[in-house]
Amino acid sequence: MSEHSTYVPGSAVEKWLDDRLPIIRFSKEHLMDFPTPKNLNYWWTFGAILVMCLGIQIVTGIILAMHYTPNIAMAFDSVEHIRRDVNGGRVIQAVHAVGASAFFAALYIHIFRGLFFGSYKAPREILWILGVVIFILVMATAFMGYVLPWGQMSFWGATVITNIFSAIPLVGNSIMELLRGGFAVGNPTLNRFFSLHYLLPFIVAAVVALHIWALHVPGNNNPIGVEVKDSRDTLPFHPYYTMKDALGMVVFLIPFAWFVFFAPDILGHPDNYIQANSQVTPTHIVPEWYLLPFYTILRAIDFNVLFIDSKLGGVIAMGGSMLCLLVVPWLDTARVRSGSFRPLFKWFYALFVLNFIGLTYMGAQDPSVPLNNILGKVFVAYYFIYFLVILPVLSRIETPKPLPTSISESVLGKAHA
Amino acid sequence: MATQAEHSSTNRRDFLYVATGAVAGVGAAAVVWPLINQLNPDASTLALATIEYDISAIPEGQTVTITWRGLPVFVRHRTAAEVEEAKAVPLSELKDPETDEQRTKEGHEPWLIMIANCTHLGCVPTGEAGEFDGWFCPCHGSEYDTAGRIRKGPAPKNLVVPPYEFVSDTLVRIG
Amino acid sequence: MIGVAQFMFKTKFIIAALAVVAGLGVVSTQAAEGEAPHIEKQSWSFGGIFGTYDQNQLQRGFQVFREVCSSCHGARLLAFRNLSEEGGPGFSEAQVKALAAEYEVDDPSAEGGRRPAVAADRWPEPFASEQDARDANGGALPPDFSVLAKARGVHDAFPYWIFNYFTAYQEGGPDYIHALLNGYHEEPPEGFVLPEGKYYNDYFPGHAIGMPPPLSEGVIAYEADENGVTLPQTVEQYSYDVSAFMMWLADPHLASRKQTGFAVLVFLVLFAGLMLATKRKIWAGIEH
Repeated sequence: MSEHSTYVPGSAVEKWLDDRLPIIRFSKEHLMDFPTPKNLNYWWTFGAILVMCLGIQIVTGIILAMHYTPNIAMAFDSVEHIRRDVNGGRVIQAVHAVGASAFFAALYIHIFRGLFFGSYKAPREILWILGVVIFILVMATAFMGYVLPWGQMSFWGATVITNIFSAIPLVGNSIMELLRGGFAVGNPTLNRFFSLHYLLPFIVAAVVALHIWALHVPGNNNPIGVEVKDSRDTLPFHPYYTMKDALGMVVFLIPFAWFVFFAPDILGHPDNYIQANSQVTPTHIVPEWYLLPFYTILRAIDFNVLFIDSKLGGVIAMGGSMLCLLVVPWLDTARVRSGSFRPLFKWFYALFVLNFIGLTYMGAQDPSVPLNNILGKVFVAYYFIYFLVILPVLSRIETPKPLPTSISESVLGKAHA
Repeated sequence: MATQAEHSSTNRRDFLYVATGAVAGVGAAAVVWPLINQLNPDASTLALATIEYDISAIPEGQTVTITWRGLPVFVRHRTAAEVEEAKAVPLSELKDPETDEQRTKEGHEPWLIMIANCTHLGCVPTGEAGEFDGWFCPCHGSEYDTAGRIRKGPAPKNLVVPPYEFVSDTLVRIG
Repeated sequence: MIGVAQFMFKTKFIIAALAVVAGLGVVSTQAAEGEAPHIEKQSWSFGGIFGTYDQNQLQRGFQVFREVCSSCHGARLLAFRNLSEEGGPGFSEAQVKALAAEYEVDDPSAEGGRRPAVAADRWPEPFASEQDARDANGGALPPDFSVLAKARGVHDAFPYWIFNYFTAYQEGGPDYIHALLNGYHEEPPEGFVLPEGKYYNDYFPGHAIGMPPPLSEGVIAYEADENGVTLPQTVEQYSYDVSAFMMWLADPHLASRKQTGFAVLVFLVLFAGLMLATKRKIWAGIEH
């Protein structure tokens, strides 16, 4: 939005800099003056919270890497060395471990906010797709990070997830061995996961930059989903949203700190305090909570479909669940963006959120219990029906409520109500 | 537009901003310190900052190299002749004047304990070598006498004597 | 208007969500819960947000560990110096030095490859190798104690595990260990076939445990404390103390972590309050 630039270099030095590297102009346009809809609610602060989460993970992660040893003989004890001997290591390590959960909590809220308010709709499809790419990268990063402490869950998680690739017909086994660097998960696996776990967050940061770039072309969506019409609809980003986002971050840090200092292990699994043992699988193996919904989808396909066996079927379903997110801008063609003005959508969306909680819950339950098995399948079915049937059909049949003509009208109406 | 009420609310607002900014600053400092402090030696390293070593097994004329804080340390049981030789050197001949008494503990003169890194660029000198019967650094040819004092070559200082004390006649505590 | 409607919708929705999850949880846990025995939760000095270790208890627990457990179980992450560090059993440095000197550790640079331990050394392993440990214990491997208290837990049924997030319940490990040590039966129940060389325990998964009942009344002589009080020398007391010791062993910085946490939370709440006030000031007069 450089055409709105109001930056006038204040001094000769600034002028000199502006002609060569217009960084002050850029900051002023994109961080200070950027016109932002005035009606954004607190759900919109999660974008900033996620940037904070990424920052926390990168800073604490770099520190942990200074003390960690990526070798199967020493990895487990080196994590304990961090907790026991390194100055403040107990807390830094807990921030990183709890930080992963906090990151996903914020990420899910951010995604569900987008799904409700139609933030994926034109002209924000690329913005949305970049977001899904970030989501997938963060899942991969978190998974590889969980392998590093080299506990029982680390080892068996790595075994199970790398095994997923063996479902690919013909080349699956070769790909699996390529990923593991051996026939089973071992030292080469740990070393490459460490390397990639260190690399990926920086790639995530780069995609985040693209994500924000793609945000700053059309500007923010907002709770009523009506595009900004003129300057009465917007506020400069600073100080209004810098302050609102900062408040969101500080409030978010309160439960974060609660877990870090008072229950740092509650989100993990006791079995990961047992050093990896390739001869014994823990009786109850579950991924971390944030991967559970997709784990349920993976497990739900326990039957063969034509020539596709159940293993490949599960992998296809899991991949499909991501694909649904990627193409949702073209599945939901309703012209109204915000769920607030869609009386039918609202209820199906609410059910979708509940269903997602159900998917998460079922991921940790024993699927050999018939009831769990059936419920799991029902949840998986609704996940796909929501994207592939409900959203396209609703787009055609639903009559939305009348929209306000502009943000400022809606805001004034609210103030006078 | 500017009324009295607005003026006082401006003051209150300024105070609030300053207070919030100050608290944010305190918080930032409190976060930054542990992130730096983690770089300091950890508890397992500090636990070895002080070691005790039993010297009773070192016969006269022998040197043992031990590790202290990750550095090599010479523990030399000097012969009477070596002590004699060291004491006989006039201070005026020394580049870094120190008496033999300053480099040993009273009552334990035969024992010379020094960090075994040449004060030039950190190599470990070879013992009982060089024209001063002390140490000779193979890297750049610095030569030390029987008290570990620099006599020749590019090194500027005597070999460093670490802080230590005799707990008993046979036990030294270094560090 | 929209905001309020939305908020109402969200609230209704969250209540509905909780109700559904609750229903779901009850149904599926009832289906899944079979024979998992109920583990009695103990009252620990280190529980809750103000919890700290009881030094005397850690000293007694260490005594139990040293005199009984350590003959088979290692604690490879325990350094002697830890016993005198802040937040731990609180032995003096001299006591630790004397204690360490009673043990020998491997040191390739020492004469004969062994030397007396110093405070910086780790607790020596009871067996030279895993195979030796198995041979001496009927094929079973006695697990290392270093982080064992965190590697064990109590499985709470729904919805109780949710409450744990709010009470910060982290004492599942010591609760389990305490229950296990008190869960032995001389005879297995009717119809349970106990394999040769195994012992029946209520709380061990599968009930057949390789470890014989390690504690019995009076095996460890507790000394009287400064008030002349001697605690009962019972399995109950021993197991309580050694469980607390194992929790400290697994999480030695618990007390300082919780103290820091309290300060951090107070700070954050205060800071959030100031931020809220500032945000309101900035937004005052803006219709949004």
